[in-house]
Amino acid sequence: MNSLIPLLDATIRVSVPLVLAGLAGLFSERGGVIDIGLEGKMLAAAFASASVAAVTGSPWLGLAGGIAVSLVLALLHGFASITHRGNQVVSGMAINILVAGLTVTLGMAWFQQGGQTPVLPPSARFQELILPGATSLADVPVLGALYSHLLSGHSILVYLAYALVPGAWWALNRTRFGLRLRAVGENPAAVDTAGLSVTGLRYRGVLIAGLLCGIAGTYMATAQSAGFVRDMTAGKGYIALAAMIFGKWRPFPTLAACLLFGLLDALAIRLQGVAIAGIGEIPVQFIQALPYILTVFLLAGFIGTSIPPKADGIPFVKER
Amino acid sequence: MNPVKLSLSVMTAAAALLAGSATGGRAAEAIKPAIVYDLGGKFDKSFNEGVFHGAEAFKARTGIVFGEFAPTNDAQIEQGLRNFARKGFSPILGVGFDQAEPIKKVAAEFPKIKFAIIDGDVNAPNVQAISFKEYEGSFLAGALAALTTKTDKIGFVGGMDIPLIRKFSCGYAQGAAAINPKIGVTINMTGTTGAAWNDPVKGGELAKSQIESGVDIIYQAAGATGIGVLQTVADAGKLGIGVDSNQNGLHPGHMLTSVMKGVGVATDKTFTEALNGTWQPGNTVLGLKEQAVSLAFDDENAPLISADIKARIDALQADIIAGKVAVHNYAEDNHCPL
Repeated sequence: MNSLIPLLDATIRVSVPLVLAGLAGLFSERGGVIDIGLEGKMLAAAFASASVAAVTGSPWLGLAGGIAVSLVLALLHGFASITHRGNQVVSGMAINILVAGLTVTLGMAWFQQGGQTPVLPPSARFQELILPGATSLADVPVLGALYSHLLSGHSILVYLAYALVPGAWWALNRTRFGLRLRAVGENPAAVDTAGLSVTGLRYRGVLIAGLLCGIAGTYMATAQSAGFVRDMTAGKGYIALAAMIFGKWRPFPTLAACLLFGLLDALAIRLQGVAIAGIGEIPVQFIQALPYILTVFLLAGFIGTSIPPKADGIPFVKER
Repeated sequence: MNPVKLSLSVMTAAAALLAGSATGGRAAEAIKPAIVYDLGGKFDKSFNEGVFHGAEAFKARTGIVFGEFAPTNDAQIEQGLRNFARKGFSPILGVGFDQAEPIKKVAAEFPKIKFAIIDGDVNAPNVQAISFKEYEGSFLAGALAALTTKTDKIGFVGGMDIPLIRKFSCGYAQGAAAINPKIGVTINMTGTTGAAWNDPVKGGELAKSQIESGVDIIYQAAGATGIGVLQTVADAGKLGIGVDSNQNGLHPGHMLTSVMKGVGVATDKTFTEALNGTWQPGNTVLGLKEQAVSLAFDDENAPLISADIKARIDALQADIIAGKVAVHNYAEDNHCPL
């Protein structure tokens, strides 16, 4: 129990960017636009939020800045792939490459610290919230420990991220907008026939993705760490994409996949340098390869067929 | 041919004095040194900035200006080196082990130009490879941590799992064991690729996991990843140990010390040698004795270190310099005796 709670606690923390980016990809792709650019949008948001927070001293302004930059990139992706019907993978990849270079170059020019932003003081970061009663309930066996150590003590963005999962489910499955967005990803011609704007709906999906990536990047730079460092997203955008495919483009299964990746990550950190009975010390390299080995293993046999939205990645051409 | 205007009579005088001894026979010209920084950038508050300050000290003393280039990706390193070589700059100093391959290649193309590399291992007739006995400084850091810890558990977070970083961790563990053979030292590496230098989130998670297991002092040698380590350590109210430059000021009250690497001293030294004509290719290894590796003691960490402990560290340092205490170098046999 004593080692389990910190492990799950770490899982919750490290899964947050994956959950947000996974949902972002889900909204974009359910609307029929492939989003390889999750990574780039998160990285740009991380840089923007850290820069704004460093200059203004406010994490909330940082969040606003992160979301704004991510939305601009989402619009760029939309402009290339929806308005101009360009290749969506190429557009997303271009955003990733652009951001990887631009953040470092701007960082060097603005802050002169080798592409990093200044280290943020506590007041410019999202602090850990202690839920009401967490300290007094800490001694209650099991439930108290779970509440005070596992549920309490995260930043507000963590709670927001997990609250967004049922929100996403509701928006996709129980609202008119969700129905239309899904329709546009499956059969845009039918939506067009019904007199709705395919372009408008797809733009909305892409913008929601931008919003969520903005929060994810901000979380990484201003809650999980204290500033921006080059390439700090470290491939999380791609892992989120994989989690979304595992989750078959559905919110709750995507959450489960993200938590699984998070758990493996947290486990890898804790297994390092620890001797396991009967096996001995496992090499670092093997532990770090574990999430990827498991990905292949799961993909090969356990999750069944994962079918993308029918019109995913296909630009819509209105019949004339 | 001569884009950087090297003026000043000091140099002309120096060059005249050196006429006989200067290698390459270009006695009429004084040296034109240049620096190619590593990807961390010139003002990284660490490694590269140290090199810059060393070169500035050289400039202040001799009046010789130096060329500099800060690459923003790997491919630019080689271009930067070749550009300087083509323009006749010499010596050209490459910062960081990343530059070993590019320097090897460019040095072969320009056999008359002098090259130097910090932290890299290059064997060529016109390359000076400067490395540091990081393990000596790390040994002192380990000893200091062992004297300070309240839980008898200390930790280390490295960046990429390479022999260079194992030199740090191995020295640290030896130093701790020299004070207390039963001490628990947890050693973690962030990763096995270059991304391990830029993952402060993972660094923070590694530090959290160590702290959960009872560790109360963590030494980082992980580049930008280390910023996350030190942040987490400070947030948790524990003590961190910085690396390469004096990082004590990052989190006053939560930084036990920093293991400083005198890259500035090395830069100044290689430029001065080139000017004096005493420059030699081959390996140069600098340690505690040359004051190129040291622990940072300043106002920021003074309240954390008692006079007794400071005296013991000073004694250990003297013993290492005198050769009475031998610190094993991991890079010699890729093995740590602990």
